[in-house]
Amino acid sequence: MPVVEQSGQKVWQRRTRPESLLRWALWLTGTAIFVYCWHQISSATTWYFVVDAPRIAGDIWDRATPPKWNYVTQLGRPIWDTLNIATLGTIIALVLAVPTAFMAARNTTPSALFIRPVALLVIVSTRSINSLIWALLLIAIIGPGVFAGVVAIAIRSIGFCAKLLYEAIEEIDETQVEAITATGASRWQVMAYGIVPQILPAFAGIAVFRWDINIRESTVLGLVGAGGIGLQLSASLNVLAWPQVSLILVVILFAVVISEWVSAKVRGAII
Amino acid sequence: MSGDLDAVIGRRWRRPPLVRQAWLRWAIALGAIAYLVAAVATIEVNWSRVYEGLDRGAAFILSFATPDFTTRAADIRDGMLESIVMTVAASVVGIAISIPIGLGAARNIAPMPVYLICRGIVAVSRALQEIIVAILLVAIFGFGPLAGFLTLSFATIGFLSKLLAEDIEAMDRSQAEAVRATGSRWLQWINYGVQPQVMPRLIGLSMYRIDINFRESAILGLVGAGGIGATLNTAFDRYEYDTAAAILILIIVIVMGLEYLSGIIRARVQ
Repeated sequence: MPVVEQSGQKVWQRRTRPESLLRWALWLTGTAIFVYCWHQISSATTWYFVVDAPRIAGDIWDRATPPKWNYVTQLGRPIWDTLNIATLGTIIALVLAVPTAFMAARNTTPSALFIRPVALLVIVSTRSINSLIWALLLIAIIGPGVFAGVVAIAIRSIGFCAKLLYEAIEEIDETQVEAITATGASRWQVMAYGIVPQILPAFAGIAVFRWDINIRESTVLGLVGAGGIGLQLSASLNVLAWPQVSLILVVILFAVVISEWVSAKVRGAII
Repeated sequence: MSGDLDAVIGRRWRRPPLVRQAWLRWAIALGAIAYLVAAVATIEVNWSRVYEGLDRGAAFILSFATPDFTTRAADIRDGMLESIVMTVAASVVGIAISIPIGLGAARNIAPMPVYLICRGIVAVSRALQEIIVAILLVAIFGFGPLAGFLTLSFATIGFLSKLLAEDIEAMDRSQAEAVRATGSRWLQWINYGVQPQVMPRLIGLSMYRIDINFRESAILGLVGAGGIGATLNTAFDRYEYDTAAAILILIIVIVMGLEYLSGIIRARVQ
């Protein structure tokens, strides 16, 4: 216990002198970095606009209310497209994520030295790039439309699904695998009866969870031209049709809440 | 009893089906197939366009082998710096705000009115997409990193407050009670009874959120809210795939670095 003498009395201290100095230095550095960052942001900001912001916000609110309710009839097809982008994207991602996860998991990978790092790289790179960026790229390659959205969502979701799935595979109970192996089962039989039943609940949970996230992400993919309700949103924003914008936002909010509710129900039923 | 056993012996074991009622099983399967057919049928794919695009796709994948960091070096550096600056500032502010809101959203320590208000803030922040918030904030505050900073801070609040509140609700009551029994004031109670229990989790979640904020900051530029996204968008528009590849590689490397760092920090605090 660090103890210092102060005017003839011994006083207990929580940390030793070097430790508290180090902490102080770390806090100072952190604060300095934050102040620098804030300075950067504030020097790139036109403060006149910020002062004016409450008036602008009120103005937008006035223009956007009430939402143009009868516009909802034109949103049927975009919503259907959005649903398809999310669902088909999730299905494709799951099909690709399963082999990736088995190659990435320490206990099932065919080669820990060569294949595992490749699988991990696929997981990290697909996960760290947002679906909007994937969509941007795919639109440049295969042209705008729903198809680009489906592929973008699929690529983006591989890493997420494979990461959660391979962690589930690494956490399985090895005794069950051993029991199946002891019956003389082949490699594929061990997989089907020893490993798959253990990760099936996790797999279903991941699938529904990712579907829920993908509904959210596919609502904005249209902003870069990849189909779905985002197309209507960006079209309405471009012509400053605020009553349509507010209606679309309400519809998106509604879709997100419903998908969250469905996902919670299904997860509750499975797990 | 032995009759039952005899009936079972000699019969091959079959895996029990996931859904017990046969008709429901078939209905779900048929419904799923019908939906998939309908969904695939409504997607219009211009295959000739896709075929033309394959060359560009190949060019893009090949450009990962020859990323071009130099031609647009100044743009990339400025964009990256802006993304990092936005990430740091928004994470600090967002975490600082989400701690009191997280305390307020925990049912076991907050009074009912405070609880409802804080839960409301969390719900609004979680329901709105980052990119939609960014569009609105750009419309209100003008182009630039301030809108991005505000967007990320706002999104951080929803994420962190919710998880923090859940962690506080799951804490060990006896420790908090012990501190309270010493006659401590409310702030002392939070500081010595609650905070030590949730601190490791809070640090872990904060690290994770910094990671997410950086990834999100890369797309905010698409709607004019500052960061590397604008540079990336321009690179795609001009078909400068080697520059785009360089930016994507940088993003992946930074995300991997952050993940590695957060792994070390989480291992230290837990």
